[in-house]
Amino acid sequence: MDLLRVKIWRGGESGGFATYDVPRQGDQTVLDVVTYIQRQLEPSLAYRFACRVGMCGSCAMTVNGVARWTCRTHVAKVEIDGGLEIAPLRNLPVIKDLVADMREFFGKWKKARGHFVATATRRDEFARISPETPQRKAADAAIECIGCGVCYASCDTVSWNPEYLGPAALNRAWTLFNDVRDGARAERLQDVAGDAGCQGCHTHLSCGERCPKRLQPTAAIAGLKRATALAAMRGKL
Amino acid sequence: MSARREALLWLAQRASAMLLAACVLLHLATMVYAVRSGLSAAAILGRTGGNLAWAAAYATFVLAVAVHAPLGLRSVCTEWFGWRGRAWDAAFLGFGLLLALAGWRAVWGVFQ
Repeated sequence: MDLLRVKIWRGGESGGFATYDVPRQGDQTVLDVVTYIQRQLEPSLAYRFACRVGMCGSCAMTVNGVARWTCRTHVAKVEIDGGLEIAPLRNLPVIKDLVADMREFFGKWKKARGHFVATATRRDEFARISPETPQRKAADAAIECIGCGVCYASCDTVSWNPEYLGPAALNRAWTLFNDVRDGARAERLQDVAGDAGCQGCHTHLSCGERCPKRLQPTAAIAGLKRATALAAMRGKL
Repeated sequence: MSARREALLWLAQRASAMLLAACVLLHLATMVYAVRSGLSAAAILGRTGGNLAWAAAYATFVLAVAVHAPLGLRSVCTEWFGWRGRAWDAAFLGFGLLLALAGWRAVWGVFQ
């Protein structure tokens, strides 16, 4: 039987890699491999997943040194000499084994005012937003984020500056800044300006390179840089 | 530091970078011309002395450096060493002033 040699992080912040042999199968995903180990070899292995089809963003891990969504990553594309090394996401505290603590990640979405602020009620007419407006196009280009944390784990600026909001939160802020229905666009710019915000980005482009949804948070952050600079010049920041 | 000030400093660094790109090109072209024409130091000083356009261009170059370099250094020191706060900002401002004064002094020396 063709076997895959899999090294998996065991423990919390401190710990080590344990090695397991997993039977190879056609079209096997990295999440399949982790699930096999947990169900057949190591019942105490902790990991996180939900939808298994690339929608929920909960199964991201570091696979052979690169942050990936494991449910849509085929083993054949990432194995090196018949081996996989699977670890929790970088730049986040480790709870246990492959489970990273996402509170800091989503806390920063909150700091970036990553929620929609309604200006109408359910009794108002539906807002008519043309998909052809530049603002809606900019929002649409960035809206499909699934919150997996891959960009955050891949960002060197997050590693250097723990206060930095990170690509996902800033990308979210950009979608809302471009949503004409939102009632807190000026306040949001205030929240995302500064070296812990959009001005902290060094345009390394790792976030866009690694984003499983092929989004470009760097472009969103560049948009926020322009918007905050304009607002600052006009004295509105 | 306030969000507004950070955004303006970011803008100052980007604007000075654009200015630097033009100044560096001008400087390289000047150097290539001086070397290829075999100009002596005395001949170069003869041309720069009293030349207001030259002095203005190089004074702008110095200004761009004095704005750009301290802001870049500030970003590096903040991220790598955690040097942040008012005292460090004052130090970087001092570094910028030093660059400006030394640069303008050199421009004045060649302009005279």
